[in-house]
Amino acid sequence: MPETTIIAGAGQAGGQTAISLRQAGYEGKIILCGAEGLPPYQRPPLSKKYLGGELERARLFLRPQSFYETQEIDLRPDSEVLAVDRAARKVTLEGGEVLSYDHLVLATGSRPRSLTIPGSELADIFYLRTLLDVDAIRGRMEAGRQLVVVGGGYIGLEVAATAKQAGLDVCVLEAAPRLLGRVTAPEMSEYYLEAHRSRGVDVRVHAAVSAFSGNHAIEVVECKGSDGLDERIPADMAVVGIGVSPATDLAEKAGLSCDDGISVDEHCRTSDAHIYAVGDCTRHPNPILGRRLRLESVQNAIEQAKTAAANIVGNPLRYEQIPWFWSDQFDLKLQMAGISEGYDAVVQRGSMEADDFALFYLREGLLIAVDAVNRPREFMACRKLLPERARIEPSRLEDESIPMQEMI
Amino acid sequence: MPKVTFIQPDGSAETVEIAEGLSVMEGAMEYGIPGILAQCGGGCSCSTCHCYVADEWVAALPAPADDESGLLEFAWEPKESSRLTCQIHITPELEGLILHVPEQQI
Repeated sequence: MPETTIIAGAGQAGGQTAISLRQAGYEGKIILCGAEGLPPYQRPPLSKKYLGGELERARLFLRPQSFYETQEIDLRPDSEVLAVDRAARKVTLEGGEVLSYDHLVLATGSRPRSLTIPGSELADIFYLRTLLDVDAIRGRMEAGRQLVVVGGGYIGLEVAATAKQAGLDVCVLEAAPRLLGRVTAPEMSEYYLEAHRSRGVDVRVHAAVSAFSGNHAIEVVECKGSDGLDERIPADMAVVGIGVSPATDLAEKAGLSCDDGISVDEHCRTSDAHIYAVGDCTRHPNPILGRRLRLESVQNAIEQAKTAAANIVGNPLRYEQIPWFWSDQFDLKLQMAGISEGYDAVVQRGSMEADDFALFYLREGLLIAVDAVNRPREFMACRKLLPERARIEPSRLEDESIPMQEMI
Repeated sequence: MPKVTFIQPDGSAETVEIAEGLSVMEGAMEYGIPGILAQCGGGCSCSTCHCYVADEWVAALPAPADDESGLLEFAWEPKESSRLTCQIHITPELEGLILHVPEQQI
């Protein structure tokens, strides 16, 4: 009997696992079970070009429907995996069907953190995770309307930029003292605050949202400012982007080891040798960074998927990559590599005023990360330098007369 | 639909039809052309859809913008003919386009 691999989750990580299994020559059955009712699609454009109407829906899908048929991938986009019986190696799907597996890949992704405050059940308050979420947001995005974005992280800022460009009045409310506080340095936070303000977005930090109010649909966002005074901000709609949590409940119910993410080893294997986990839902070791981490990124989804697929076909590939990310806001293309957490020095190359610069992060003289705005060369050079644990003099990094090529 | 040929480092070739308006990268994804990763999905952000354009086709393509050039300079073994396939949009004039897939991306 041929073996069977079941993939729980049909997002980018789940879809890529199926694709990579076939590319690696896997001849067993592949059953790809999704919960969103759609074939695997790209998530990064959702808050960028797709929200802005620049990318048609059909172009979001990783592969055309016919691909799954010709590759004999049993795609079931409406069949969420609800339970795993590890002893019997069986899963129970939505609707009650029970299937046996030889390998199970958990690609359950992450879920937006919800804001539970008075009025959070009102209409026209949105979260942004799925294609259907964005279709709903787009349906309400009309020039002249007032949008309040709750949360000044990447999703919130991308939505704010896209909506502003579409002619909406946009206000961003961030409870923390600075934007992007969880992921970047104060210098970048300050830069993006000014970038949004100068392009007409009303950005407020230290602004803790306390309630939504309105009659059936949202009309007002109530928040407490840094001065402690209550403010009432008119809103025709709100988008809440306050981070995500890894979807670990299926794994936890199955008794797999979890620690703010499904714990996996460098082969993407969980505490059960028959079960792998890939993408946003994992906490995994990174040998280059020397620690375990959880990443919300498409690179992580794709590369972990490839790692799990390779291991399933018997190739003991290890996942070891320098994380990288990008964010498009207005005319600013931000490309990031490495993890800046723990830096002790920042070196700037180029000009923030001209929206053309890179910040290099160092720890004890070692380059550990870069944030590059409209600077693809600095970003790419760092992707090559970071795995080598390069030590570069700050005076050279900031010297524009020395091309990045010469630093490699 | 214009036909585009991808030649792998081992010399094997695959010719596929890509609809006008799509990028070459999107066509490569649709047919699962090996060696084109396209991690960022066409955002001109990652350089993992790099190919070499066959010499006779280089002049037929509009020159790359600076964000593409910047990524290409640091791609794996860049050449004068290097392009990111997410930035090549299919037009009727590209019927017969030939691309060489690099041995690796990044």
